[in-house]
Amino acid sequence: MIDFLNSIIVLLNFIIIPGISYGSQLALGALGVTFVYAILRFANFAHGEIMSFGAMITILFTWFFQSQNIGLGIFPTALLALPIGIIVTIILCIISDKFVFQYYRYQKSVPVVLAMVSIGVMFVINAIIRIIIGTETIKFSDGQKFIMKAKQFKVMTGLNEGLALKSSQVITILITVLLLTFTFWFLQKTKTGKSMRAFSDNEDLALLSGINPDRVVFTTWIIVGVLACVAGTLYGLDKSYKPIIYLNLVLPIFASAIVGGIGSPFGAVVGGYVIAFSEIMVTYAYKKFFVYLLPSSMEPTGLVQLLSTDYKFAVSFSILVIVLLIRPSGIFKGRVL
Amino acid sequence: MMKFERYEWVAITIMISLFIFVGFIQGWSVSLVILNMCIISAIMTMGVNISWGYAGVINFGVMGFLAMGGLAAVLVSYPPISESWQAGGRGLGISFALLIVLVIAVMYINKTVIQKRNRYILNSLIIFFGILIIRHFYLNATHNIEDVNPAIAGFLGGLGLPIIFSWIVGGLFAAGVAFLIGKVALGLRSDYLAIVTLGISEIVVSVLKHEEWLSRGVKNVIGLKRPVPYEIDLQNADWFINLVTYLNSSKLNNIIDVTDRQQVLNNLIIDGSGIFVKLSYAILFLIVMLIIFYFANKAQLSPWGRMMRAIRDNETAANAMGKDVVKQHLIIFVIGAAIVGVAGAMLVTLDGLFTPSGYRPLRFTFIIWIMVIVGGSGNNLGAIFGGFVIWFSWIEAAPLTTFIINQLTIGLEPTNALKLHLLDSVPYFRYLFMGLILLLILRYRPKGIIPEKVRHS
Repeated sequence: MIDFLNSIIVLLNFIIIPGISYGSQLALGALGVTFVYAILRFANFAHGEIMSFGAMITILFTWFFQSQNIGLGIFPTALLALPIGIIVTIILCIISDKFVFQYYRYQKSVPVVLAMVSIGVMFVINAIIRIIIGTETIKFSDGQKFIMKAKQFKVMTGLNEGLALKSSQVITILITVLLLTFTFWFLQKTKTGKSMRAFSDNEDLALLSGINPDRVVFTTWIIVGVLACVAGTLYGLDKSYKPIIYLNLVLPIFASAIVGGIGSPFGAVVGGYVIAFSEIMVTYAYKKFFVYLLPSSMEPTGLVQLLSTDYKFAVSFSILVIVLLIRPSGIFKGRVL
Repeated sequence: MMKFERYEWVAITIMISLFIFVGFIQGWSVSLVILNMCIISAIMTMGVNISWGYAGVINFGVMGFLAMGGLAAVLVSYPPISESWQAGGRGLGISFALLIVLVIAVMYINKTVIQKRNRYILNSLIIFFGILIIRHFYLNATHNIEDVNPAIAGFLGGLGLPIIFSWIVGGLFAAGVAFLIGKVALGLRSDYLAIVTLGISEIVVSVLKHEEWLSRGVKNVIGLKRPVPYEIDLQNADWFINLVTYLNSSKLNNIIDVTDRQQVLNNLIIDGSGIFVKLSYAILFLIVMLIIFYFANKAQLSPWGRMMRAIRDNETAANAMGKDVVKQHLIIFVIGAAIVGVAGAMLVTLDGLFTPSGYRPLRFTFIIWIMVIVGGSGNNLGAIFGGFVIWFSWIEAAPLTTFIINQLTIGLEPTNALKLHLLDSVPYFRYLFMGLILLLILRYRPKGIIPEKVRHS
């Protein structure tokens, strides 16, 4: 029985908790991509850089607050800076729309052209980030690092295996739940949310019903800004901030959005968790888990690892390819917000 | 044969004069280094342009095809390592044979088992257990190979042939990968296709990075044999010394003192050997570029090229006229990728080393796309022009930025924090330039600098 509990703790500690927090970050990112895709109808390659930008602004204000000795006690100061980061990210999104994307929307350009344009925006934001903050890895989480340390857990329960709970993980999960609840409530219950869904479902019909497209687009960018900044900051808080990493993050985010069914917000969230868990589960070495479960005569000799961790990113893409082959519309039929 | 319009002659003149200008300002060596990379970029751009400009098939997997070309350069030119073959050759052979058996089994099941659910279950079972068995042989073999003299070898090596053959092999490798990708993904809408090809190119690069038995992985392969002479051999070759003496005879004759004269001559020979090597590369690359340019133009003007344009402009209509759109898309995707693969092999040839971790999408996929868009999709000269101009500004952005920053902050103290920070971030301004160039071109000249010619034939 103890062995069984131990094996469960191993899974919790190394797969489930990291999976949920990484999945939440992906889900928030994928939700942002989905909003752009459903309303503005293009694949936004700049999304990763928008996330990075939001995280950067948050970091800058975190530093400012730290230098003024303003803090939140046991919570990271970044939470205090996050609202400012969100506002600046929203401004960035709206500026990029006004100066860049709007023109092509009025021209009714094909989605590929808009995707190219978003690559241009990606380069510009990328350059701005590098010019302002450089390319170094930055750790900006402060406050209490662990809610529960592995040792504490061992003492508390008397088990062999420890269960560590980082505060950044808990914060990620809580904020994600809050934000997702709010977004879905907004889409389902408010008038603006309903008009957005109508716009995404059938643009012409929505226009005929008197929905103001500029207002819908404006609201979309606000939501995208919030989601991107929060996702970027949470990722940075959890794994330390590195400007280059966000470009690599775009791919799993796209994979999540497509796997879930592109255009479907609920699908994007589910896709985020699917991608995160498969990345972690396929590359985790299960040796420890089996050592507890199986009798000692059957103990595995190898690491019992399906793929080495080097292939973490490749996993998400293999899943994407498989889903596109078997069910091109994604897990939840996409195209409707 | 094709005729150039006047503005095209202007573009060609601009390209040539840029290099002459840099040659006088920064030296001929720098100019030739930029020229070589420009030519390679132009070939990559032509490859992308063929699939995107002719047929509207998007290919964001440039990085992966380049890496395949690079792998070809290693596998063709590196001398074979017989110890590694002895250590793991048999295991690898067995695992590959098993893999083929697995694929055949899956295909057989797909053909015979009709009920969908049973087919999925059977397939997943066979694949799961098949991979478990293959892994056993495979991991043993690769482990043994990687243990052979890991400091200098640790991989299978290549065939030991002249590296120039790898340019063709690189094209074939890339074409093979492109065929597989195309079979899977070409039915998708263009923006999905962009994401999928981008992702698969990441997979290709991560395989090259981590399968050390094949490509030595992140340990890199260095010292690949050149197709052109080495500087040190040139410096000791009589004919080269005579050539340098002859070319600089007027300058040398003015120096009367013998030791001084020898000193000057030695310096000239050292400089000259570097330039000679780069020039030979440039000539080789130029030949390849012109061959590809010739055939690409020929193809574009042919009935096949006309069909491609028809498919691009109206897929439904072309389909209704009896053109096999899926097949043609696959063909052009493979051809484009093959050209990119050739460029990848040339890139590794030029560097003389293969560094899988150096393949990053920003540098090897998106920049190439900027070249295509800026140059003008659907026009081969435009593609070459885009490759030249964008690579040129990518390199020359840093000196230009330093100059501009120094001019703007001329009133500030040399130790001013803002000035120092800006000067520190000079390398990042090139991304800003690239983004701005792309956005401006897309806005004000969406067909590119040298747009596709409208043909009424």
